Amino acid sequence: MAANPMYQFNVYRIGPEIKINNIDISFTNASLFMVISSLAILIIFNLGTKRSIIPNKIQLLAELSYSFISKMISDTAGSKAKPYFSFIFSLFMFVLFCNMFGMIPYSFTVTSHIIVTFVLAAFIFIGVTIIGFIKHGLGYLKLFVPSGVPMVLLPLIVVIEIISYLSRPISLSVRLFANMMAGHTMMKVFGGFVVSLGIVGGWLPLGFSVALTGLEILVAFLQAYVFAILTCIYLNDALNLHH
Amino acid sequence: MLKKIIFQFLALSLIFTYSAQSAESGGMPQLNPEFWISQIFWLVLTFGLLFIILSKFILPKISNNLETRKSQILENIETADKQREETEKKVKEFDKIINDTKVEAKNFFNSERQKVLDDINNKRLSLEKDIEKEIIKAEEEINQLKKTSQEKITKIAIETSSDLVKQLIGEDINKSSLSAIVEDLSKKEMEKHNGI
Repeated sequence: MAANPMYQFNVYRIGPEIKINNIDISFTNASLFMVISSLAILIIFNLGTKRSIIPNKIQLLAELSYSFISKMISDTAGSKAKPYFSFIFSLFMFVLFCNMFGMIPYSFTVTSHIIVTFVLAAFIFIGVTIIGFIKHGLGYLKLFVPSGVPMVLLPLIVVIEIISYLSRPISLSVRLFANMMAGHTMMKVFGGFVVSLGIVGGWLPLGFSVALTGLEILVAFLQAYVFAILTCIYLNDALNLHH
Repeated sequence: MLKKIIFQFLALSLIFTYSAQSAESGGMPQLNPEFWISQIFWLVLTFGLLFIILSKFILPKISNNLETRKSQILENIETADKQREETEKKVKEFDKIINDTKVEAKNFFNSERQKVLDDINNKRLSLEKDIEKEIIKAEEEINQLKKTSQEKITKIAIETSSDLVKQLIGEDINKSSLSAIVEDLSKKEMEKHNGI
């Protein structure tokens, strides 16, 4: 069954079935990789908190990531977004590590599941909306009424703005999920070609597979970055209302 | 372009999957809701814990480290600046001391020179005074001598002339008349002598 390119996305139970009130919350391979990613983040960044004036490599890595995300937030959402730094940092690191662990052969990619990315995106969407209403009250609805639009077009624009606002969690989650799934499927398909074409014709798809691995690592980083920066942009809309 | 390729492969793979695995649960495992609740539960748990631990324990430490480094660097720069300023001050002081010393030495030299010159002058002046005194004294003496010598000469002349007259004539002449004549003559001679 391993030849099926979608087989890699199967979720299966590890260990006993856990049920609370008839709801299945068993530990699965997805849960395993979530735990592994989180632990890896915690270990790496905990090693990076050594108190030395001249940082060692791992400390440099931690501090560079810190300033990278800090700069990203202040560039896109301004100084008001400082309190949300740790959330965006965790989000970026979680998505990045899940994507990167997915690149290991025979591992499982947590972010290739729509439900995971959708929960993250929905949480961000609801959080940003709540922050917007807390900061601006009903004035937050002005987000749907761009300034400088002729009165004739206004009803249309407002409808479009509302639809685009409501589609944010979907676009955010589908972007990450589809990228990860497509990439991994493609790699699996090429891997299958290598096997089926054998020693004579398998070299071309093998080369493709190698190139795709590089591309997928880039995509893994890029999608984590896009996910985080879109969160920052949504946060910016909520914090600094200027439409 | 990339998207197109990806979607083509997706479609291809989906077709393959459907045709080959029609007996399986089929399609994308992502759309199988069997483990959705479990995934949500574990996602909330792991991500929540990750967020809490990062925001409470790890990120403050990193930001603290960065702050300390920044402040330490600033502090070091400040101390370096201070020390540089101090050095400049010290150099200036040193220059000033050297200058002062030079001026002092010059002054000392000048004053000593002046003293010596003054001393020489004084001595010269006093010597000149002494010399003048001596000269005056000598002049006085000369004058005196002049006067006395004239008298003496007159006297000698009178005596000599009286002696002469006595020998010539053989008798004494009134001394007073003789002296009158001698004086008259010597006066005339003196006038001639002095060119008056």
